[in-house]
Amino acid sequence: MAKVIGGVFTSHVPAIGGAIHRGAQNEPYWKPFFDAWPPVREWLGEQVPEVVIMFYNDHGLNFFLDKMPTFAVGAAAKYRNEDEGWGLPPFPVPPGHPDLSWAIIEKLVAEEFDITTCQDMLVDHAASIPLALAWPAGEAPVKIVPIAINTVQHPLPSAKRCLALGRAVAKALAEWQGDETIMVMGTGGLSHQLDGERAGFMNPEYDTFCMDNLSVDPDALTRHSVHEIVELSGTQGVEILNWIAARGALGDKVHEVSRSYHIPISNTAAAVMVLETEAARAAGKAGAEKTAELA
Amino acid sequence: MASQVAPPIAPPIPGTHIFDGAAAQKGYALNAMCFSFNEAANRDAFLHDEDAYCDRFGLTPQQRDAVAQRNVLAMMAAGGNIYYLAKLAGIFGLNVQDVGAQQTGMSVDAFKQMLLDNAAAIPTRETARG
Repeated sequence: MAKVIGGVFTSHVPAIGGAIHRGAQNEPYWKPFFDAWPPVREWLGEQVPEVVIMFYNDHGLNFFLDKMPTFAVGAAAKYRNEDEGWGLPPFPVPPGHPDLSWAIIEKLVAEEFDITTCQDMLVDHAASIPLALAWPAGEAPVKIVPIAINTVQHPLPSAKRCLALGRAVAKALAEWQGDETIMVMGTGGLSHQLDGERAGFMNPEYDTFCMDNLSVDPDALTRHSVHEIVELSGTQGVEILNWIAARGALGDKVHEVSRSYHIPISNTAAAVMVLETEAARAAGKAGAEKTAELA
Repeated sequence: MASQVAPPIAPPIPGTHIFDGAAAQKGYALNAMCFSFNEAANRDAFLHDEDAYCDRFGLTPQQRDAVAQRNVLAMMAAGGNIYYLAKLAGIFGLNVQDVGAQQTGMSVDAFKQMLLDNAAAIPTRETARG
C-alpha cells in the first residue's frame, strides 16, 4: 500500500528561478529564503518520496483565457517547462505517473468534481521551481501528478472547495494499490499583490494565521470567501488556494516539521513549510531510533 | 417565471482590480498578444514592428494607447491581466518592482523600501519543530 508522508509548501516566485540560474542563493537578499531549504531536504532525505502530487496554478504557459479550467489534472507520461516570456532556461521536469493520475481522476469525478484532464501539459514555474528547490542537483528523482487550480480568472473556486478537492485526492491515494511513497506540494503565495494601486501589499498577520492553522485546523482557512482572501492576502495571495488543496490531500492529522517566513522576495512574502503525516512521523522516529542504536 | 436576483456585490477593495469575466472579455486581445510572448520569435516581432504586431491581435484603441504609453494601470483598465502583462513588461526589461513602482506612483527605490518595511509587521514567534 502506498504511504503518504506529508507535504512541502512553498512560494514559487519566478525571480527564485532567476536566482537559481545566477547562483545567487548566498547573496544577502536571497539567503534568508534559500536557508529554509536544508531542513526540507533533510526531511526529504529521510522520507525518500517517489511521487509528488503537485497543487499549483498556471500563470499563462499552458492555459490561456481561451480555455480556463477551474481544476485540471495532468495525466501525461511526460511534462515540459518552457520559456514563459522572460527567456529563462527551462527547468528539468520529472516524468508523470499516468496510472496514478487516472486513479485520482476516477476518484475526483466519482466525488463529483467536474475536472479537466490533460494528456499534454506544460508546467510553469509554479511547479518547476519548487521541485528545483527541493532537489537542486537536477531533475527531481520522482514522478509527478500536477493538479492546476485556476487562480487567474475570477470566479475562482472557494477555499472550501479547494480543501474538499484535496480531501478527495486523499481518498484516491488511500485506495491506490501501488506501494509508492507519496508526498504533496502546494505552491504559491503567501501574501502579495502585483497589480493595481495597492501593488506591493503584504499581510504578515494573515500569512501567520494561515501558517498557524494549516496543520491543525485547515478548515479555518476556508471561512474567508475568495473576495475576502484577496482583501487579506492580495490579488495574487489567493494562491493560498493551492496550499489549502494540498493540505486537504494529507488527511486529518499532520505535524509541522519546519517553517520559514521571510519578507520580501520580489514583491512577495515568502514562506516554506513542511508538514508530515502520522505514518511518516512513526517511520522517521523508527529510523532515528535505529540510527541511535547503531551509534 | 422566477424573477432574476442580482448576485450580492462585494465591496470594492481599494487599489485592487478583480480580473473577472467582464475584464477577461474586455482584455482578451491584449492578453492574447501578451500570451504570445512566451515565444522568443514573437517578442522579436513585437520589438521589430510594434504597430503591426498589435494589429495582428486586433487590440482596441484603448489597449493600443496603453501599450504605446507603457502604462500598466491603463493596460489593466483595458482588461489586461498582470500575469500576461508581466510577459510584455519583460520585453521592456521591467520587473515586478518596476511595474509596482509605476502603478503606485513611487520611485523604484521607494517601492522596494516599502516592500522591505512589510517585514516589520511580522508577528514574533518561535519556530516550531515537532
